[in-house]
Order: sequence, then C-alpha cells, then structure tokens
Amino acid sequence: MKVLVSVKRAIDYNVRIQIKSDGSGVVTDGVKHSMNPFDEIAVEQAIRWKEAGLCDEVVAVTIGPDAAGEQLRSALAFGCDRAIHVKTEEPVQPLTAAGVFKAIAENEQPQVFLMGKQAIDDDASQTGPMTAALLGWPQATFASSIELADDSARVTREVDAGLETLDVDLPAVITTDLRLNEPRYLKLPNIMKAKKKPIESSSLDELGVAPAAALESLKTAPPPQRESGVRVESVDELVAKLKEKSLL
Amino acid sequence: MSEPIERDVMAYDVLVVGAGPAGLAAAMRIKQNAPDTEVCVLEKASEVGAHNLAGAVVETGPLDELVPDWRDDPPAICVDAADDEFWMLHQDGSRRLPTPPQQNNHGNVIVSVGNLMSWLAPKAEALGVEIYPGFSAAEALFDEAGAVRGVRTPDMGLDRAGQPKNGFTPGIEIHAPVTLFAEGCRGNCSKQLIQHFELDRHSDPQTYGIGLKELWKVPESQCRPGLIQHTIGWPLDDDTYGGGFVYHLDDNRIAIGFVVGLDYADPRLRPFEAFQQFKHHPRIKPMLEGGEIISAGARALVEGGWQSLPKTEMPGAVILGDAAGTLNVPKIKGIHTAMRSGMIAADHLHAHGTADGFDAALRASTVGAELKKVRNIRPGFNKGKWVGLLNAGWETITKGASPWTLSNHADWQATRRLDDLDSPTPEDAQGYVDRDLPPRDRLASVYFAQTEHDEDQPVHLQVLDTSICIERCTHEYGNPCTRFCPANVYEMVENETGQAELKINAANCVHCKTCDIKDPYQIINWVVPEGGSGPNYYNL
Repeated sequence: MKVLVSVKRAIDYNVRIQIKSDGSGVVTDGVKHSMNPFDEIAVEQAIRWKEAGLCDEVVAVTIGPDAAGEQLRSALAFGCDRAIHVKTEEPVQPLTAAGVFKAIAENEQPQVFLMGKQAIDDDASQTGPMTAALLGWPQATFASSIELADDSARVTREVDAGLETLDVDLPAVITTDLRLNEPRYLKLPNIMKAKKKPIESSSLDELGVAPAAALESLKTAPPPQRESGVRVESVDELVAKLKEKSLL
Repeated sequence: MSEPIERDVMAYDVLVVGAGPAGLAAAMRIKQNAPDTEVCVLEKASEVGAHNLAGAVVETGPLDELVPDWRDDPPAICVDAADDEFWMLHQDGSRRLPTPPQQNNHGNVIVSVGNLMSWLAPKAEALGVEIYPGFSAAEALFDEAGAVRGVRTPDMGLDRAGQPKNGFTPGIEIHAPVTLFAEGCRGNCSKQLIQHFELDRHSDPQTYGIGLKELWKVPESQCRPGLIQHTIGWPLDDDTYGGGFVYHLDDNRIAIGFVVGLDYADPRLRPFEAFQQFKHHPRIKPMLEGGEIISAGARALVEGGWQSLPKTEMPGAVILGDAAGTLNVPKIKGIHTAMRSGMIAADHLHAHGTADGFDAALRASTVGAELKKVRNIRPGFNKGKWVGLLNAGWETITKGASPWTLSNHADWQATRRLDDLDSPTPEDAQGYVDRDLPPRDRLASVYFAQTEHDEDQPVHLQVLDTSICIERCTHEYGNPCTRFCPANVYEMVENETGQAELKINAANCVHCKTCDIKDPYQIINWVVPEGGSGPNYYNL
C-alpha cells in the first residue's frame, strides 16, 4: 500500500503574529516557520502504518517556495521514503492546492491521501475535501482514529455531537485531527540522513494546473485592542459599576 | 532508569557547539580552509538566531574576510552607523558627554545579531557546514585518556520527574577529534569544562552583566536611522555599573536596551525595573511614545576581559567567543572578537591539526591585543562611576600602558547582605517614576520573547538545596533571584501549610543565565532543557 501525505510550511505556532503596516497581510520575513502541526500528525500516522507493516511506501508532497523544502526534509526525517516539491512563489489558494494534489495523486496512485484537517495559517479546512471531490474519491475528515484494511478504512471522526464512525473505500482522502496521535521527536541521525535523500521538483505548469483566483484578500487587521480595566475598591463599587453598564 | 541507555553515536571531523558569531565563523572558516572537513554545528534554539541577543553595533572586519561580498546582499537589518551620542542621565535631566573614543562607530553597522546569524547560516550551509537547530549539548564527553571526545545531546520526552514518557527519545553522542565550544556567555558545557580542567586556575573569576533589550516600532519622526545613543547614570546609583543604549534602525524601528553589571551590591535592585525606568527618562521616553514593542528579551554578557579570560584550550577542545569571554567592554562590542576567535581556531586547526597551542594563538592575536589594551577600564568602575570615568580616561590616553592590571572578583560575592545595607531601596533612592509604556511587568515582557518550554519535562533550573532559599537567603539577601531574573522564573510563595516555598516557573526562562551567575550561594545550576525550547527571539 502507498500513502501520500501533504505538508504545508506555515508560520510556527509559537510566533506572535504581526500585521504588515499596510494591511496587506502578515509579516513572514525572518519569521520562524515549521510544518503545519496537523500535517505533522498526518506524517506521523503514515510512518506508524509503515512501521507496522501496513504500508510499504510513504511519499510527502508540498506546494510552496524553495524554503518549503525544509518542511519536506522534516517529513523525510520522520521516515517518509520520497518527497515531491511543487515550487511556486505565489500564495496558494485551496482550490489550486487541490488541483495540484489531484495531479500528484493521479501520478502516484496512492491508496490513502493523508492531510492535516486544516493549516494553522489560513484555517480554511478546504483542501482535503476539494481534493477528494476533484479526484472523485471518498473522504473522511477530522479523523481521531483510523483502522486500515486492504481496500477500506474505518475512520472515527470528531464531530460536535460526539464521535462518528465511517467506513470508506480506498483510495480515499483522510484528514487528521489533533487526537489521532502525538508526533515523535525527530532523531538527530534521521535528520542527518534526511539531508541526503533526494527531493523531486515539480511546478504548477508541469502539472497543468492554473492558479485559481477564487478568493480575493481585502484586508488584514489585528483584533481590536482590549481597553484597560478599572480597579475597584470594594464589592459595593463593583456592583455599582456592573449596574452602570447594565450587566446586573 | 536503571539500565544504561543505548545511544546512537555520530562522528564528525569537527564538532561546533553553538551557531552564534563564534561558532558559525569557525565552521565557515574551516570549510573555506579545507572543504572536505566534515563539520557539525549544534544549536539549542529551534532556529539559528532565535537565542541570540545583542545591541548590536558591529565592526565588520571579520565579516569582510569571511564573506567578502556580503554588502551586495546584506542582512535584513543593517544600518550604517551615523552619529554617536553619550549621555549622563540624572533623575530629571541629562547632560551630553564627549563620546569615548572606543565608542566612535564610524564605519560600523547596526544589526540584529539574531538576524545576522539567520542570514549567515545558509551561507555556512552552502559551504557544506551541517547545522542542526533544536539540538543542544547537555554535557561534554571524555575519552579514556581524559580528552574531550564530543558531547551528548539531551534526552527528549522525559516527564517532570525525569521518567520516560511515550515517545521518549534518548539523546545521542556526537564524537569528533576536536570540539569547539561556542555556547555564548556562561555556556553550560563551557562551565563544566572550565571546572573540570581548572581552566581558570591562572585567571581572575569571570564577571558578567545582564543585558535587557526591546525592539520597538515607533511613529515616523521619532527615529533617526543610524543614530547611536549610549547613557550612564540614572536610574542606577553611582556605585552600580551599567547604562542604556538606543540604536536607531531603519523602517521606524528602534532597538533599546539596558545593561547592569552583575557585581551590583544591593540585592534589592531589579534590573528589569531599572530598564523600564530608563525608558521613562525624559530624554528617552519621547522616542518610544506612541510606538509598540515588536520583541523583547534578555541575556547575560561577559565583562571580565583580559584578566578573566580562562585558558581557552584543553585536550580535544577549545572555548570560543563569549563562552570564553572575548567581549570588549569599553567598545561595548563582542561580535567581532567572537567571530575572530572562531576564525583563529579554524586557522589553528588547519595549520596544526590539534587544539594544542590555540590559547597562545588567541592571546597573541588582535583579540588578545584589544582585550589587553582595555583591561583596566571595566574594573576601574568597581570604585564607582566617577573614579571609573577618570580611570577610563587615563587608560585610554595611555593606551593601556599602565604597568598594573586591576583584578576582577566574582559577581555573586559582591552582593551585600540586607543587614549590611543602610541605604534606601533603589526605587526610593533614585526616585523611580510611575510607568505607562509597555510592558507592564516581566510576564508581559516574556510574551514578546515568545519563549516556549514543554511544561512536562524536568526543571532545567536546578536549585541544589531549596532549604537555603528559605532558611538563609530570605533574611540574608531577600531572595534576589525573584528580582534579578528578567522572566519572573523564581517566586517565593506560600504552600498549603503556610510555609514559604520557592516556586520555579521554568517554562518562562529566556536562557539568559543570570541566575546561574548571580545567585549568592551558587546553588542554581542552569542545565539545558529539551532541544528547541527557550525563547524565539525575532530580530534581537
């Protein structure tokens, strides 16, 4: 069985996001980036299957600038066998990403296409479902557990009402949620070896995908600043203040 | 864990600990001298540059040699030095003093050292240097003959009690015929090795300062790119060494910071608060008003100079840069000497194939010469600000030709006991003002350091005997750790039974090392946390 995993280069979750002064986006220059944490969970899951003998090849794919190669190196250090870098300097909208992933999936013919349920930069949560739709494959999103069989998978999804269990025929697109697993610590020798593994390079042109312009970003603004509070001297004063603001 | 852990072993020709100015310069020079040498650089920060913090105005000599065409593609923060100003601050006024000649910055550039390192790292990698951020050196390793044979990286995935969690990953050993320790000020392995080999047997104790820094974005017209301002005086008293800096960058950014010599005597002093007060001085505050903080942090720096420089070589290893103590205090610069020390080590290894003889080479170099020349200036301030300034004038005029060398003493020994103090508190004596510029307090400041530690890991600030904190320190020194720490790591709290207890908020730590240095009983031992933990400084 072959598993394809997508990874996205995103601003690290520890970074305090700064908005560009002209409101055209967020500051990315010199800012720490890492693999989207949900994608890390997807990579971890694929490697666990490989270690358990459930699949024999794991291929990682990313779309992004040259620097996104770092995230592919991380995926290789987890234990992915190969990596494909679809290079573009432009921002990638979900529909473009889905088009690229469709083309890659058609070339690679995986039984499972694993993705993070969303990327922590745009929080769109669209690429997985769109990819499944373009491929005409079944999809199971927000997976908190996956049991693989030869030609199907039983996926437990975290939904508002509790847990929902689906059986999907393979090939399928499955997107991973937080509780699926806890990614491992990368070992230094594996990171060293990953530096020497080859990365295949491709482009939107080569894959015949036209960049979508389905979305237009109008403005990026920080959330409104919280006004500073007042310190009250007594309970009576607190009650009076709350009444004044019609909160009591 | 009763059974010994099986550890992977990797071998390199040269191992470098620390991807700062000294480490990267050494690694690059080694590759330039002999491209086939396999060089591994470990860096404890999650990314190269994320733990580096400095002013910083830089002399470009070593960089010109290492990357001759660097000006064609300069780092993102790189502003030519324009005017130098030197100010004496009083509580409600200021007076401009002549700029000391060492602080004439004509021809230098203002950079962010973190940004400089993240810019330099790909150039090192292009030469074939392997850099591994997120991996620190927990301890140095020795071979049968007692020589340094490399380092061990920390174990990942231990819980707070030190027991393996799911996903426990043992650290590995990295071996090399020569290891270069370029960990920066008070490096944990360097500290271990200086003790182990008694490298400081013939030198004075190292002395330190704590530097606090913030990067601000300010309204247009409040920033004059290239302007370099240094201050002494308020809010420190005449007996405390230290001062402020304001470096005007481009794009309406200002780097502002404050340094306090850690030989300060009054344990009630709060360096973080002194920095915040400095920002509110009438000469400083108008530059910041209406602006916002982009990032903030703190780091100890070495001040001991020539007489405190330990022996920098030992069998199988050398110590470089601030880990040894190559900062030039009167110049307020250490990046060029750190880089130079790395390049000297690389050239020495290339010529001789061994660490033996490096110490003599370093002392005979321009680094040794400039440290020796200014050796008496910093200790002159041990007699207070005015004697210090007069002595600095004398040493400058005579170019360090005085036949004497003033000695240094350990910073923690300079701390006076509370019952030995009859002066008012620093805030009363100096007339601290009410503050309104951010950050409100140390926790608000740590937010801008973006520091991150997994809470469920062994505490990396080891207090060897916490009973001393309660039984002695509280009444002898008033628990100064709760005040000198810039990140509010140490707190004295009451436990359920109403007893006083030391609480260590290790996750706040910004890896400045001040506690390891200034603790009056020398019972705090700073060890490395899991790799990749710590601050994520942005352009500091």
